[in-house]
Amino acid sequence: MTYTRVDFQTDQEVRWCPGCGDYTILASVQNFMANAGIEREKVVFVSGIGCAARFPYYMNVYGMHAIHGRAPAIATGVAATNPELSVWVVGGDGDLLSIGGNHLIHAIRRNLDLTILLFNNQIYGLTKGQYSPTSEPGKATKSSPAGSIDHAFNPVSLALGAEASFVARTLDMDRKHTTAILQAAHAHRGSALIEIYQNCNVFNDKAFIQLTGKTERYANRIDLVHGAPIIFGAQKEKAVVWAGGRAEIVDRASVNPSDIVVHDAHAQDASAAFALSRLSHGPYGPTPLGVFRSVRRPVYDEVLDEEVSRSRAARGEGDLKALVTSLGTWTVD
Amino acid sequence: MRFAARSEARRAPGSRVRIGWKEKKVDSDHNPTAPLPEAPGVPGTNGGVRVDRADRMVIRFAGDSGDGMQLAGNRFTDAAAIFGNDLATLPTFPAEIRAPAGTLPGVSSFQIQIADWDILTPGDRPGVLVAMNPAALKVHLKDLRDGGILIINKEAFDERNLYKAGFESNPVEDGTLSGYDVHAVPMQTLTKAAVKGTGVSGRAVLRSKNFLALGLILWMFGRDTKVTEAWVAKKFAKLEAVKNANLAALKAGYNYGITTGSFARQIEVRPADLPPGTYTNVNGNAALSWGLIAGAQLAGLPLFYASYPITPASEILHELVRHRNFGVKTFQAEDEIAAAGAALGASFAGSLAVTGTSGPGLSLKGETISLALMTELPMVIVDVQRGGPSTGLPTKPEQSDLFLAVWGRHGESPLPVVAASSPSDAFEVAIEACRIALKYMTPVILLSDGYIATGSEPWRLPDIDALPELVAPLATGPNAGDRFLPYLRDMETMARPWAIPGVPGLEHRVGGLEKEEVTGNVSYDPANHQLMTDIRAWKIANIANDIPDVEVDDPDGADLLVLSWGSTFSAVRAGVGNARNQGASVAYARIRYLSPFPANMATVLSSYRQVLVPELNMGQLSRMIKAEFVTPVLSVNKVEGQPFTSTEIANEIMKVTGQ
Repeated sequence: MTYTRVDFQTDQEVRWCPGCGDYTILASVQNFMANAGIEREKVVFVSGIGCAARFPYYMNVYGMHAIHGRAPAIATGVAATNPELSVWVVGGDGDLLSIGGNHLIHAIRRNLDLTILLFNNQIYGLTKGQYSPTSEPGKATKSSPAGSIDHAFNPVSLALGAEASFVARTLDMDRKHTTAILQAAHAHRGSALIEIYQNCNVFNDKAFIQLTGKTERYANRIDLVHGAPIIFGAQKEKAVVWAGGRAEIVDRASVNPSDIVVHDAHAQDASAAFALSRLSHGPYGPTPLGVFRSVRRPVYDEVLDEEVSRSRAARGEGDLKALVTSLGTWTVD
Repeated sequence: MRFAARSEARRAPGSRVRIGWKEKKVDSDHNPTAPLPEAPGVPGTNGGVRVDRADRMVIRFAGDSGDGMQLAGNRFTDAAAIFGNDLATLPTFPAEIRAPAGTLPGVSSFQIQIADWDILTPGDRPGVLVAMNPAALKVHLKDLRDGGILIINKEAFDERNLYKAGFESNPVEDGTLSGYDVHAVPMQTLTKAAVKGTGVSGRAVLRSKNFLALGLILWMFGRDTKVTEAWVAKKFAKLEAVKNANLAALKAGYNYGITTGSFARQIEVRPADLPPGTYTNVNGNAALSWGLIAGAQLAGLPLFYASYPITPASEILHELVRHRNFGVKTFQAEDEIAAAGAALGASFAGSLAVTGTSGPGLSLKGETISLALMTELPMVIVDVQRGGPSTGLPTKPEQSDLFLAVWGRHGESPLPVVAASSPSDAFEVAIEACRIALKYMTPVILLSDGYIATGSEPWRLPDIDALPELVAPLATGPNAGDRFLPYLRDMETMARPWAIPGVPGLEHRVGGLEKEEVTGNVSYDPANHQLMTDIRAWKIANIANDIPDVEVDDPDGADLLVLSWGSTFSAVRAGVGNARNQGASVAYARIRYLSPFPANMATVLSSYRQVLVPELNMGQLSRMIKAEFVTPVLSVNKVEGQPFTSTEIANEIMKVTGQ
């Protein structure tokens, strides 16, 4: 069956603020699904609470708009019991990194077949503007009038630390890039975390200006491409090299071309990906986008399914009569 | 109107039939409150050893938590069960894995009552006590009946252990034990001698002393060692030396009984006259697990069980993971909340989903349970209760989560609550919880407790073929022209259709925001919220018409009704029997359904002048009854981490009836 974007739209009025980055992401996802020919009935979207978490209502697939932070746990139950499904988690930085941080890292660690879309706008939007776990230190908000004293998470570093098999970062405004990342994540078997920089034009407008601004973006956007040397800048005048165990940005002209890091997203060891994730601690200067890591490792739901199949093959289909007599019986006449 | 005496004929298959229990004992002049036969009724001989026959006997194995008393108790239980005794057990563990050796908090014990008749409880006070060290003696001696048999691991009574247990002098020698039939056995020397040559050495040698004690007790009760030997051979098949050491110690203990002059008598407890059938011996957590498996099989659905390790519920996870060939998927979650969440996700995706926990975990799952209630998805939440609040008494039974189960959620959030009343009953109640969850598309809370979870009893196996099919309102296609409306209800059950992902045309969204009736769209309409609140309440209340009536056992038109729920069943029912045997007129009923209550509950309550409700909490069912039926209730409450004794219940009844 061939789909168009309309097939993935619902009859529900989309209720994000005008100008919200979520609209762009929704369009990217709907287009991607239609073009990729994903069977609608096999798609499940699970979300928590927050602006981003409204997403399932606007996707004409199976969906659950659940409770704050718990989407990865609920999606775990969906994926673990039904490996045929394409299971997606949608949440914001508050939902997935704060109240749901524990579920997020464990879902990633287990490598369930989930695609997790982390809409990072670095602010609490639905509750009208408190600092979030990705807000920059010093950020003045309603709940931090003197500036936030929290240190921020780097979601890509966090996911890599949680043993992620797939981690990527993209940008709401760049639909082409978003689509490419969605494709790669969908093709990946196992947990895929996509951090999507998403502009909240009401409570945290222009948070990503360094990556979206007409001039700034050329200076700051580091596109990670597997197999390609990591160079960036308006004139491709910058490069990334290894320096004392960490990644460092240098003038391209100042180094031997063979010293420039060639991105290997498939490296089994996550050290290089982690080092790249430390090139920025937020979208405030040169920041890598793209697939940091994409490796194959055992997928939880597949292994669980195999255990059931193996057990059935070895012991035969379960028999209740045998079960209740399995501890030994005696008969009273 | 008075409720006639009714047998428990409406029990579903599998539950134990206790018809005639009281009458038999009255007719045979039995007085369950009399001391056990220290001076026995029927002496006989066995090769010169006197054999005393008893109709029942309570044996307690007590020792340090490293002494293997649970193992000894469980092995004796199996031997007794296969011999044909009726029995009930009460294991008691310290909360710590290994409290300091030799100390009072480190004492672990296992009590079993065996009988030649249909007993209900593990007994109040033991007639035989095995004390493996001074601490065990210190903790348990007060419970031993006057003149009871006391078997002591003599060599553990050294200065250091006596000091740790708080004895100023050695009770074995200072006359403290003069009122008992004391056998101070050199268990350590005997064990060392027995295991010589088996290849076990060093400190491992003395680990077999529990088998020595077990061998001695098996001899004392005239059981052979075959059942235990077979178990040892299988259990330690891969540890040849350990297997041989345990077998040698078992034999040595048994032979010690035969050869030593110290033991002048054996005790004979004959097989019980139980209803015909095939029996097994099962504990509550296993029976509950099997009930969940059965529920899934009867519904034709895969079972998904998500849980976070917590005492005393963890064994359900351990049991279920062994049965993957039934299509069982288990999930050890990162926390209690994730376990509930994963179960709800599995339910959305079409499994019979269950999460299990104890009180603290139930608190954490509350938010997810409310979401299950809002999304109207089937789910079973098992709460194996323990002493609370907070970490409380993790290894001790209590019934204090009833309020939490019935009312412990935000918003107007009614759901069905059912309770198991004995280890074997947990099988049937688990199936019932699954039935209600699936039929009515609702989360159901199943209450068990630590006493049921770890206690065991013979279970007359049900006719598996006669178990009912469980049915869920599965959606197979659009239900409104070519549309699928997720909240278009079955007008009989008020359940909404369950559309499993994977079916084309049924794509739909559910969620925690209030739903518009029929369409399931998000709705903030005031009248709709009232309507949906009313529907959710009505749906649950209506289940009262789909569950059995309360059955009252009232042989002689009593004025007093005793009501119990959950694991107090055995002690309360036995206490009622005791009181009747002392001349009291008293009716008894067991409540399995706590929300909603059975349809005849009001009529039953109004038929008695007085209602007595014993609970292992501070009066939770009492208050629910007072609130819902405006009936005065006499509460009997206890939160000591121990079950009621039947004597406590009988005494309360005698007080109330003025006898």
